[in-house]
Amino acid sequence: MSLYYLQKVLYQINRDPTQRQQFLAQPEVYLATFELDAEEREALVKADIGLLYVLGVNGQILMHFAAANEIPWDDYLELMRVGLRTHGPVRAGVYAATGYEGVSAHSARLALERRQQSDAGATPANTKGMN
Amino acid sequence: MTLVYAGVCSHGPGITGRAERADPVLKAAFYDAYSGMADAIKASEAQTLLVVAAEHFANFFMDNMPAFAMGMADWYEGPIEDPDWLKIPLRRAPGNKSLSKRLIEHVMQSVDVAYAEEWKLDHGVMVPLHFLSPNNDLELIPCNINCQGPPLAPLQRAWAFGEALRAACDAVPERIALVGTGGISHWPATPDSGKINEQFDREFMRRWVHGERAALIDYTDADIYSEAGQGGFEIRTFISVAAAAHGPGEIQFLEPIPAFATSAVVASKAIN
Repeated sequence: MSLYYLQKVLYQINRDPTQRQQFLAQPEVYLATFELDAEEREALVKADIGLLYVLGVNGQILMHFAAANEIPWDDYLELMRVGLRTHGPVRAGVYAATGYEGVSAHSARLALERRQQSDAGATPANTKGMN
Repeated sequence: MTLVYAGVCSHGPGITGRAERADPVLKAAFYDAYSGMADAIKASEAQTLLVVAAEHFANFFMDNMPAFAMGMADWYEGPIEDPDWLKIPLRRAPGNKSLSKRLIEHVMQSVDVAYAEEWKLDHGVMVPLHFLSPNNDLELIPCNINCQGPPLAPLQRAWAFGEALRAACDAVPERIALVGTGGISHWPATPDSGKINEQFDREFMRRWVHGERAALIDYTDADIYSEAGQGGFEIRTFISVAAAAHGPGEIQFLEPIPAFATSAVVASKAIN
């Protein structure tokens, strides 16, 4: 595997519209100059967000690639989860999944905590204990 | 002294791009705090906004990754992301090449900073700029600390970079506002986006307010990754501002907002 070159392809097509067009027009030709294995090549050609995530692509690169492919935010998150279920844990890099209750449940829990603090007459949460 | 303002703020793309998903009361309070920061910078009569950011592969990659970099151009363009995704329109922000050059020459006395005459802005700068200089009233000088591609500069070097920025600002006549921007704990762009370690964030900001060097740099990257996620590496930007300002800090807003994938924060420092 060659995570460096995999990420380099994405970095270049994320920030350079000309290279992005070259990649979209003839992906195999564009990718020929990069040292990639078959799995990485296929993940790029198919814009397989889940597999790219599991291969270890930095989330900040992957997020921009997803946006450039007009993948909505919620779908982007779900595609990574599908990738984890299909291919197993993230294999490299510093963007491994660690487990999370999700934004909706988390937001609801925080709102409940704020209400309880408010009922108890606590300091407003946005500055508590800070100044 | 020509450093006339110092502060820190969040920059997550959800702050503008997915604003409707946040608790409306919290969002309004956070936006108000951001407006307050803009007002404070205006009151400081700063002409230049020096943003210490932690960019996300808009300019720098692992083929040649600078630990520290500063822009040296007369204009910068962003966002690199789809403007409809970030909900911030594409624009050119004015720079000041002459001032950049003088600052960089001074910073180089103590920190081997890279410079860039070409610089694309991603959400890390565009979100703060959207709130602080929406009409290009301020000249922008972007700075970057590598917080994405390990190995990363140790925290004490982020502190040293801040001290070097301060000395450089004080050596030029222009009035400069310094803003550090990053997350505290967060797991951005992963399936865990929205996860926040509030305890870590409040403790880190407590240390930031006090501004004691030893406490602020008393984290290993392994600790940060474990407790604050890969996004936590961005505390380097906050540390550099603490080192530059020297004075006590004040929190204007600090509250976890999962829809923004971070503890949203706006805070300022006295300049001593």
